[in-house]
Amino acid sequence: MSDPRYTPLRERHEALGASFTDFGGWQMPVRYTSDLAEHHAVRRAAGLFDISHMAEFLITGDYAAEFLDFALAGRISSMPVGKAKYSLVLSDDGGIIDDVIAYRLAEDRYLVIANAGNRGAVDSAFASRVRAFPSRIERELPERAEGEERSFAGFLGDRGVDVEDVSDTYALLAVQGPAAEAIVAATQGITELGTPWAEQKYYAWAEAYFLGQPLLIARTGYTGEDGFELLVREGDAPALWDALLSAGEPHGLVPAGLAARDTLRLEAGMPLYGHELTRETKPAQAGLGRVVAADKDDFVGKDALDAAPDAPVLVGLTAEGKRAGRAGYAVVAASGETLGEITSGALSPTLGHPIAMAYVHPSSAEEGTEVFLDVRGTRIPATVTALPFYRRTK
Amino acid sequence: MTDLNALHYTDEHEWIAGGGDTVTIGITDYAAEKLGDVVFVELPAVGTEITSGAVVGEIESTKSVGELYAPVSGTVVEINDAVVDDPSLVNAEPFEGGWLIKVSVADGATDGLLDRDAYVALTEG
Repeated sequence: MSDPRYTPLRERHEALGASFTDFGGWQMPVRYTSDLAEHHAVRRAAGLFDISHMAEFLITGDYAAEFLDFALAGRISSMPVGKAKYSLVLSDDGGIIDDVIAYRLAEDRYLVIANAGNRGAVDSAFASRVRAFPSRIERELPERAEGEERSFAGFLGDRGVDVEDVSDTYALLAVQGPAAEAIVAATQGITELGTPWAEQKYYAWAEAYFLGQPLLIARTGYTGEDGFELLVREGDAPALWDALLSAGEPHGLVPAGLAARDTLRLEAGMPLYGHELTRETKPAQAGLGRVVAADKDDFVGKDALDAAPDAPVLVGLTAEGKRAGRAGYAVVAASGETLGEITSGALSPTLGHPIAMAYVHPSSAEEGTEVFLDVRGTRIPATVTALPFYRRTK
Repeated sequence: MTDLNALHYTDEHEWIAGGGDTVTIGITDYAAEKLGDVVFVELPAVGTEITSGAVVGEIESTKSVGELYAPVSGTVVEINDAVVDDPSLVNAEPFEGGWLIKVSVADGATDGLLDRDAYVALTEG
């Protein structure tokens, strides 16, 4: 094993008394004080998360848009500059290598943010897909007329796209919660904002400067609340963290760790790679069929999108009481027959009852189906429920 | 405040107070901190005979499940209803209001348990 990695905010977390946990090879703050208090702060006011462990790739070149249409599941080329889109990196056999967000920075430039634990897998997928992508010669040079003299040497090996892993250059902070807009708007040091805060749309980005250095702001998140994710160069991250905390204090902003992030995303019905999404999961099983543009000409995974009719599908489960089903616990029928398995579960801090996501046989996936959770030998009644469990009131 | 030096400890992060007929059992601040916010506690019923080393209860946090191991053998004579109603007491006052069960024990039940120094050495190791 390689040494654990820390983000540029390690000293800030330590000074705040954070407990750390391993996540995708990184030592990340799991909680600062209480994960419940941090969870509630995000639902009621706002939380500040360090998500610098996430991986960033820049995809550039004349054919960057066409390349991402080939390399990702969604139609990325039709997205206008200024927008962002949730997408998937599929394998040849239709499984999910990672879930990512693609941001169109310019006509010929994209940022793709991937999960920390999948950085290497996404990097190699992009590298092999660049090699499998048609070359500029194939795309641009028409059939040579007989006798025509033409040089092709200048195009050899040129695929019109470059992929660069810039994860070590950037840090990523997230401000999430109903007070997020007021907090970022009050943050000292952010200047030359490209789009006024109130006009920034969900799944869109804006540019600005922080202390004179480039700052990319996206209205995205992983909590089910309004919020922003801020991409800065590593060296600027501590000052931005301080500025956000100080602007946020009167609004109830608290630093929040991965424990709160996990219960927040679970309530919001958002999948977590390694739990709801794996190499063995096809998008349709995970309820992500809408993310796949199956009518695209050619993309990796296209020929293997169909899941078997009896392949397990992702459902939400709710139960009463306080005992939560956890990842790996069985979902069973009244007869005792195993119907599936929980992939994430917790006692929902916001709702006050247990919630879980699970893969079950399609015959048990209909909303309202009564099932049981095998909680360490005790059977707890549960009901198949539509996702998300929690939706914010706008 | 509880005199932590007067308690016995186990390597499963329980503390045991008292050395007479009845001992009080809880989990340490270290265990509570590692678990995170405790949201559910299941304790053995009064009258249950427990055997040292056996799993007799569960302590769940938002993130994980911890098992409560009986640190001594004996009979449960009282459980902390307050902590069942409000599991956050385990985090807030692990050595006081967050106690879990009282067990009637035979002489010498706490022999061989860790003292404070040995326990602190364990958690710092």
